[in-house]
Amino acid sequence: MAEFRLPPNSRIDKQAGKTWPAPAGAKNVRTFRVYRFDPNDAGNPRVDSYTLDMDHCGPMVLDALLKIKNEVDATLSLRRSCREGICGSCAMNINGVNTLACTRTCDEFGTGDIRIYPLPHMAVVKDLVTDLTHFYAQYAAVKPWLQSRTPAPPDRERLQSKADQEKIDRPSACILCACCSTSCPSYWWNSDRYLGPAALLAAYRWIVDSRDEATGERLDALEDPFRLYRCHTIMNCTEACPKDLNPAKAIAEIKKLMVERQH
Amino acid sequence: MSLRTPLGAAVGRGSARNGVHHWWVQRVTAVALLPLTLWLLVSLIQLPLTDHAAVVSWIGHDWHPVLLSLLVLVMTWHSQLGVQVVIEDYVHRHLLKTLSLLSSSFLHVLVAAGGIYAVLRIALRSP
Repeated sequence: MAEFRLPPNSRIDKQAGKTWPAPAGAKNVRTFRVYRFDPNDAGNPRVDSYTLDMDHCGPMVLDALLKIKNEVDATLSLRRSCREGICGSCAMNINGVNTLACTRTCDEFGTGDIRIYPLPHMAVVKDLVTDLTHFYAQYAAVKPWLQSRTPAPPDRERLQSKADQEKIDRPSACILCACCSTSCPSYWWNSDRYLGPAALLAAYRWIVDSRDEATGERLDALEDPFRLYRCHTIMNCTEACPKDLNPAKAIAEIKKLMVERQH
Repeated sequence: MSLRTPLGAAVGRGSARNGVHHWWVQRVTAVALLPLTLWLLVSLIQLPLTDHAAVVSWIGHDWHPVLLSLLVLVMTWHSQLGVQVVIEDYVHRHLLKTLSLLSSSFLHVLVAAGGIYAVLRIALRSP
């Protein structure tokens, strides 16, 4: 059966969480409740509470996490790189929503505690770092590169009309942060065989590319009860996308193309 | 621990080269159910449901047995396709999945055959 409960060694140990109080004299404080798991410890995951002085902290959630790592508890692990929403490294679950820590301000999440967890239903490597190996392999599996038998003109690039370029503008903007796929219940239950919204959006980007000559092979490779048709139009993917892309629509378009080539 | 490469695991056994038919039939049956269900609802509202003889004669009247048989057929077909997806979503153990899919299919055929037989039996009764 699909697993609706975490395995016993992944359940949060509510007693084990450590509390890191606000520094003395801090007036504007905010508490961050952060998921912690260390594979080298025997224990279960726990949730640590860090109370920060927000008068001496940047506005973004990532600023708060880096302040924790730099000044409070250096054992916290997280991925981050560009801090401007283009690398996709700091994707995590903040107050129940998959998003990028670097593009969301703490103020957006109201005034209460901010709960920070790793991306849902993924194997945790350490703390907020999840194992994205399979996710990246699924991206590679849709062959996300131009496939063409016609050689490129020797003296210039392959030409494309403005209208054709616009079709791939938005899908190309995907940063592979995995917010969409890991928000999808269908991906939670069947990610071994369902490609998930991110890989399908990438597949769509090449299916509608006017320069690509492998459209038929790409559709053939997706025509599968699990690879494509596990999408049940739940649309959490579009809701979660921090780049405002629309993977749900891309998947619907692929399904339409599948039917259109039958009739 | 598996030493299979991540790409090998992602590609798996490749595409089954079907799924579009299932998806399409589910939508076609849904569209067909719209007028059939509406017709049944409107008819049921107008029928004196406590009057057994009136209902029986309504079932056998004119095109009603044809529409009722179609309704039973399309509804069970649509339901079978839907339940199949639910089982595939949630039941992952191979034997249990196969048994669930089989029993769901058989049950739906049984309901369809029983429903159509009941309608025809009333419709073909000598008056």
